[in-house]
Amino acid sequence: MKLSILGARVIDPASGLDQVTDLYLDAGKIIAIGAAPAGFNAIESIDAKGLVAAPGLVDLNVALREPGYSRKGNINSETQAAAAGGVTSLCCPPNTKPVLDTSAVTELILDRAREAGNCKVFPVGALSKGLDGEQLAELIALRDAGCVAFSNGLESFRSTRTLCRALEYAATFDLTVIFHSQDRDLAEGGLAHEGAVASFLGLPGIPETAETVALARDLLLVEQSGVRAHFSQLTSARGVALIAQAQARGLPVTADVALYQLILTDEALIDFSSLYHVQPPLRTKADRDGLRAAVKSGVVSAISSHHQPHERDAKLAPFGATEPGISSVELLLPLAMTLVEDGLLDLPTLLARLSAGPADALRLPAGKLEVGSPADLVLFDLGSSTVAGEHWLSKGENCPFIGHSLPATVRYTLMDGRISYQA
Amino acid sequence: MTPLDAKRPLQLNAQGQLQHFLSLDGLPRELLTEILDTADSFLEVGGRAVKKVPLLRGKTICNVFFENSTRTRTTFELAAQRLSGAAHFIAEHVCPQVAVINGGDGRHAHPTQGMLDMLTIRRHKGGFENLSVAIVGDILHSRVARSNMLALKALGCPDIRVIAPKTLLPIGIEQYGVKVYTDMAEGLKDVDVVIMLRLQRERMAGGLLPSEGEFYRLFGLTTARLAGAKPDAIVMHPGPINRGVEIESAVADGPQSVILNQVTYGIAVRMAVLSMAMSGQTAQRQFEQEQAQ
Repeated sequence: MKLSILGARVIDPASGLDQVTDLYLDAGKIIAIGAAPAGFNAIESIDAKGLVAAPGLVDLNVALREPGYSRKGNINSETQAAAAGGVTSLCCPPNTKPVLDTSAVTELILDRAREAGNCKVFPVGALSKGLDGEQLAELIALRDAGCVAFSNGLESFRSTRTLCRALEYAATFDLTVIFHSQDRDLAEGGLAHEGAVASFLGLPGIPETAETVALARDLLLVEQSGVRAHFSQLTSARGVALIAQAQARGLPVTADVALYQLILTDEALIDFSSLYHVQPPLRTKADRDGLRAAVKSGVVSAISSHHQPHERDAKLAPFGATEPGISSVELLLPLAMTLVEDGLLDLPTLLARLSAGPADALRLPAGKLEVGSPADLVLFDLGSSTVAGEHWLSKGENCPFIGHSLPATVRYTLMDGRISYQA
Repeated sequence: MTPLDAKRPLQLNAQGQLQHFLSLDGLPRELLTEILDTADSFLEVGGRAVKKVPLLRGKTICNVFFENSTRTRTTFELAAQRLSGAAHFIAEHVCPQVAVINGGDGRHAHPTQGMLDMLTIRRHKGGFENLSVAIVGDILHSRVARSNMLALKALGCPDIRVIAPKTLLPIGIEQYGVKVYTDMAEGLKDVDVVIMLRLQRERMAGGLLPSEGEFYRLFGLTTARLAGAKPDAIVMHPGPINRGVEIESAVADGPQSVILNQVTYGIAVRMAVLSMAMSGQTAQRQFEQEQAQ
C-alpha cells in the first residue's frame, strides 16, 4: 500500500537525520525521504505536522507468556500492548512453558505473532535444555527456526565448565548469547537489594555482588571463548563499570537496562507494595544514577521494558509471596520520554537507545529509517501527555506507573508500512 | 518521578489514633507512652480475681497464622523470613472496621513484643532518658530487635547498643541510631538493660556462625560477663530461651532476670493495643459517618 507521512520531524539516530520532511512508503518499505518519487500516488496520507517520526522501537525483552502462562498474557495481547508503546520489533525470552528450547515452540510463537500482526517477534532461545543449565539446547535447530540469540535467563549454570562449553559452542557458529548475570548462591532467597531499605523492612537481601561477581566471571568467559555477548538487565553502578572496563579493553560486548531501573529505586519498597517486586531487584539511588550515566555515555546502548505481565493474584499476597515483574511495554515511549524531560538525554540519543542500539546489539533487521529499510515507525506527539492506564491492552495490570501523567503520546505505530496502532 | 502510592499512615485514623498496629515505624512518642500507660492500668486488672475487662465484649478476635508449614524447621524458617509485610498486606485488604494487630511478620516487626519490652524497662527503670540498653545476638533475623530499636529511639533512650558478629548484623543498621559493638565486654560495659535474642540453630548451616559453642564463648550471657554491666542491670529475653547457647541458666533464672515478668506484661500490652485499635476503628467510623452527613 502506498502511504505518505507528511510534515513530521523525522529523526533517524543511526544516520543522524533530524529534520522536518516527508516519508513515502510502498510495499512495506520506505521508498523515499524528502521528495516524492516520480509517479507516487498515495492511497493514504498521514498529516504528521507537529509529530515526531522515528524508527519503530526495538524492545529486547518482552515476556509474551505464551505458551504456558495465558492467565498472565498472550502473544496477541502483549504484542498489541507493545505496539501501543511504539514498539515494532521485540524479543521474547525463553521462560515459557514448555521452555523455548525446541524449534516447535519457536515456530508456534512465530506463527501466532504473524497471525496477530502487531509486532515483529524475535524469539530468544534457551541456551540449555529446559533452562536447567546442564545440557545444551539444540542451538542451530533453534537458530534455523528463527531464534536470534540464546539465554539462560536468571537461571545460572550449575557448572562454570558447562557454561564455558556452551559459550564456545555458540562462538563456533557466531551466535549471540544474552547474559542476565546474577550469582545463584549470593542471590538465593533474596527479595530486595541488600541495603538499608531491605534491612529496615526485614526483607532478605540480594547483594550487589550477586551481579558483579557473576558479571566479572561472565566477562572473562566471553573474552576467552570469543562469543558475541550481550548483557541484559544490569542493575548496579559497579556492574556497568565492569562493562565499561571490558569495552575499554576492546571486548565487543553490549548491554541493556530495564527502563524502570532508570526511574525507580529500592526506596519504593517502603510499605511493601508488591508492584515494585522485581528480579533482579531495584537498587539504590547511586546505582540508578550510575545506570543513567552509562545510558547517556553509550556504555549501555539499549533500554528495554523487561515487560513481565502478571494476573492480579500473582501480586495479591505479602511481598515475599508475590511474583516479580512489572508490566510496562505499553508505556515504553512515553515513560522513556521522562529521561528527556529530566534532561538526562536529548531526543535523538533516547531514540537511539530504543531503536538502533538494541537492534545492533542483536543484529536485528530493525531500528533504522532509511530508503529501502522496512517501514517500521512510530509517530508521536511531544505536545500531548499520556495518562498511563487510561487505556490498557496488556493482560498484566501490574504497573506502578498507572495513574501518572507521562510526556508524549504515541499517535501511530506502523509495521511494514501498515498501521499496527493508532491512538 | 515518585510512585503515587507514597507512604501513608496505614496504622493511624484521621485523628491520629491507632487503628491497626503493624509496626512502630513512624508512631509518635506520645502514642507509645499511651500504650504503656494503658497497659499499666491493665496490670491492675491482672491482679484481680476475675481477669476480664469488658472492652472487647461483642467483638470477634481472629488469630491469623501465615506460616502454613511447621513440619520442618527449614520450611518454617523460609516461610517466616519471606513474610515480612504480611500484616501490612492484610491491613490494606481487610474490610473497614477490622483492626489488624501484627503478631510478628518475618524479620520486619514485632511491635507488641517491642512495647512489652518497653513496659518491662519502664516498670523496672522508671523511664528511658538516662538508660544504656544493649541488644545482643542475632539482630539480622530478629523482628524483635528491629521493633526494640525503633521503640527505644522513639521513647528517647540516649544509648542503644547492638552486640553481634558481622554475619548477624543487617546492612545499614546505623539508620536505627544505634552503636555497634562486636565485643561483648565492651558492649555490656555499664549498661542498665541487656536484651538477649534467641539464636536459631539453623544459623550454623549457612556459614553465619561456626558453632553454638563458639557463639556462646563470644556472645553468651554469663554471670561473669553480666558483672560488667551496672550492678542493678536487668536481663531480658523474648523467649523461648536456649540455655547454654545465648544465656547461662544462672543468669536466666538469677536475680537480675525479668524474663518471666515480660510474659505478664505482654498480656497487658496486647490488651492495651487491642482496645486502643478497636476504639480507633470506632472513632474512624463515626468520623466517616459525620463526614458523609
